[in-house]
Amino acid sequence: MMSKAVISEIHRRIAEAFNVFDNESSKSVDVREVGTIIRSLGCFPSEAELHEMIAEVEEEEPTGYIRFEKFLPAMTKVLMERKFRPIPKDVLIQAFEVLDQEKKGYLEAEELKKYMTQEGEPFSQDEVEEMLSAALDNKENVIFYKDLVSKMTFEDL
Amino acid sequence: MRAALLIQRWYRQYVARLEMRRRCTWHIFQSIEYAGEQDQIKLYNFFGYLMDHFTPANRNLISHIFRENEICRDIEWERYFCYKNIEVPELYSGPHLSFPLTVSNVADLVEAFKNKQQLHTRYVLQLLLESWKLLRMLPNINQVSTCQTKEITICGDLHGHLEDLLLVFYKNGMPSVEKSYVFNGDFVDRGKDSIEILLILFAFMLLYPNNVHLNRGNHEDYIVNLRYGFTKEVLGKYRLHGKKILKLLQKIFSWLPLATVIDQKVLILHGGISDTTDLNIIAQADRHKYVSTLRPPKRRWVASGGNSTAGRHKVNGRMDNSLQRHCSLAYNSPLRSRYNFQSRSMQNFSSKVNLAVEEELKEQRRMAGLSQSYHDLRSSLSSDSDSDNYETYEDDSNEWKQVIIVDMLWSDPMPQDGCIPNEVRGGGCYWGPDVTEKVLRRHNLQLLIRSHECKQEGYEFCHNRKVLTIFSASNYYEVGSNRGAYIRLGPDLVPHFIQYQANRSTRELTLRQRYRGTFSLRALREQLFAHKSDLLYAFQDYDTDNTGWISLKHWATAVEAVLRLGLPWRVLRSQLVTTTQDGMLDYQGWLRELPITEPKTESLLETMYKQRSNLETIFRIIDSDHSGLISFEEFRQTWKLLSSHLKMEISDEAILDMAVSIDFNKDGSIDINEFMEAFRLVDRTMNLPSEPNHTKTDE
Repeated sequence: MMSKAVISEIHRRIAEAFNVFDNESSKSVDVREVGTIIRSLGCFPSEAELHEMIAEVEEEEPTGYIRFEKFLPAMTKVLMERKFRPIPKDVLIQAFEVLDQEKKGYLEAEELKKYMTQEGEPFSQDEVEEMLSAALDNKENVIFYKDLVSKMTFEDL
Repeated sequence: MRAALLIQRWYRQYVARLEMRRRCTWHIFQSIEYAGEQDQIKLYNFFGYLMDHFTPANRNLISHIFRENEICRDIEWERYFCYKNIEVPELYSGPHLSFPLTVSNVADLVEAFKNKQQLHTRYVLQLLLESWKLLRMLPNINQVSTCQTKEITICGDLHGHLEDLLLVFYKNGMPSVEKSYVFNGDFVDRGKDSIEILLILFAFMLLYPNNVHLNRGNHEDYIVNLRYGFTKEVLGKYRLHGKKILKLLQKIFSWLPLATVIDQKVLILHGGISDTTDLNIIAQADRHKYVSTLRPPKRRWVASGGNSTAGRHKVNGRMDNSLQRHCSLAYNSPLRSRYNFQSRSMQNFSSKVNLAVEEELKEQRRMAGLSQSYHDLRSSLSSDSDSDNYETYEDDSNEWKQVIIVDMLWSDPMPQDGCIPNEVRGGGCYWGPDVTEKVLRRHNLQLLIRSHECKQEGYEFCHNRKVLTIFSASNYYEVGSNRGAYIRLGPDLVPHFIQYQANRSTRELTLRQRYRGTFSLRALREQLFAHKSDLLYAFQDYDTDNTGWISLKHWATAVEAVLRLGLPWRVLRSQLVTTTQDGMLDYQGWLRELPITEPKTESLLETMYKQRSNLETIFRIIDSDHSGLISFEEFRQTWKLLSSHLKMEISDEAILDMAVSIDFNKDGSIDINEFMEAFRLVDRTMNLPSEPNHTKTDE
């Protein structure tokens, strides 16, 4: 049973994150930013889950904008039910190890690119390029995924 | 495959977090920037306060600050600015200019600046003098037509970013009889090549006076320059003659036109409009009287002299609604009745006053080292103290014009209808779509182009696409913060945008480097430190059992209540608060980790730190000979006045102690730079992680 204080704090967190993208103080944001907002609140939805949620909060006739009125209750529910939980570090590393079939401890750029653009919910060209530019070890031209996971984890929330 | 999906989910989350941080960084910079501008107005209020509390002891200080040499005629100024005695040494390897300027002169100039050379003082003064002569002949509002040159290019704020100006020239071509340009103000401050930008713009203006148009921005103002870096830049680059150059620029800035109109349909000005904007009134104003938009018009000060009754002469205005909002911003207690009393009393004691005033002015003249005919002075004075009614009307209408001009240079658009004081900047107003509608219709215009606000994409429409903001300084807050843009306008008056970003290497920075947002965080920590005592009180309020711990929720609420920057503190929390236990924070420990220096006398230093921008500005004004040094006494007076204005109790010994400890050289004078260094101020625009890569190819 959540106390009022806890809920109001959750509401404030959601409002803050929402307002960062509400440029015209119109209490609505571009639908393309909603994923960023949800994720910045500590959730790890898949693309499918994200689309589902957007469909829930969209207008009857989609306008391209999501209103705070609809977003707040849906997002509050997500946070209270702890949906879309973070992926623990070790699980993530295991995922990399599955891809690293030869157990080298690293992945070649081409390998990672192939998996990311062909499997799961594929990355776009831009997405994979950006990931590689951040992930690639300059000297050896491979991705040391254990280091990568450490580097790209926000130790908060 | 499940593994791939997991990785993708995780990575997308990471990118989203970075994006959120990037957006927050933007908000942080903006709010701190505007809070700084507010400070400027508070400083102005402080000067007003000084004038109110005008006593013989303060007189020197105030006369320093407001010393006006404007009584002189232009001819005498031209003598003062004479460059002819300045020799150009053989060793000088920079560009040589001949007048009238030729195309190759100007091309050489641009090339030289590209190669980081500096123009010799002699040529600087010559160029500026010629520019001044030209500007004095221009109307307040430039009228431009697309019949002559098919297309016009419009640039927004440049703020000393030379590489952006060069990029624009590279992509768009340099100004010529075939290529017209409008530069919409804010050429200087913040960036490090403000003087070079000015020289290039003036050179082109002299070369193609019908094709290059400059509008004044709110940064074309010597008081603003004292704070935001231009003064420092010029004094640093021109050690011998910097002072002269700055004085000449002061005049030049006041002669810059206020707006440009294209085909009588498109209005271009720097800040914006308000419900008072009337182009017909603007066209008739004496624009050069408004040397700084942050000061009352000059006539006041000339009349007030050294006598105590005259000294309390104050600016006031009609108590219209619109003026009232400006009065409340600018001064705290102007009253019409008080004004009437002043001018009446001046008439009654006119002979006594005139004598005292004359003495004072003689003294000022002597100090300024200028000769001035007594007769001229007397006549300008007597016209002031003559007919009461005439003076009231004249001064009121000057007031009115100043309001309109301040609005033109400082205002920002807002989404809601109406017109309210711009409390964020502390000057000008916020105007809504209804005001846009009204003003455009009044003058039969179809579009308003303005600048003044940094936009991530370099440009932005609002008010139903009737208002267009254009900003030409890329990477304004920090590397990677925003693009710059310029507009091309043809006879169809449909704007076309070209965007760019100087410093291509932002592309190659890794995600994490790019979005680290270290500069904004540092700026934010500075703000937090400056409010340490207030924060402590606020935290203690929540810590009713005196445990030393508060919840993160209370942390966020308290910080917002104290700082009032309107920032998303819960989003930023993870970057500002790194050590928590079970959602609780040891607030005293956190506060201890904030500061940059060890405060000796806590509240005194803290207040100084908070006021450091204001202090630096005041010091630079006091340091009228730009030597970089001020005396103990000046320091003491300033600090005493500022603290009484802030309603703080400060003993003389405390001030003296402080002054002694700051006098690193132990020679009885305080070096301003060392003083500011004591707070380890880092000019964040100077502190880039890597040297920018000046490629000029298309992005």
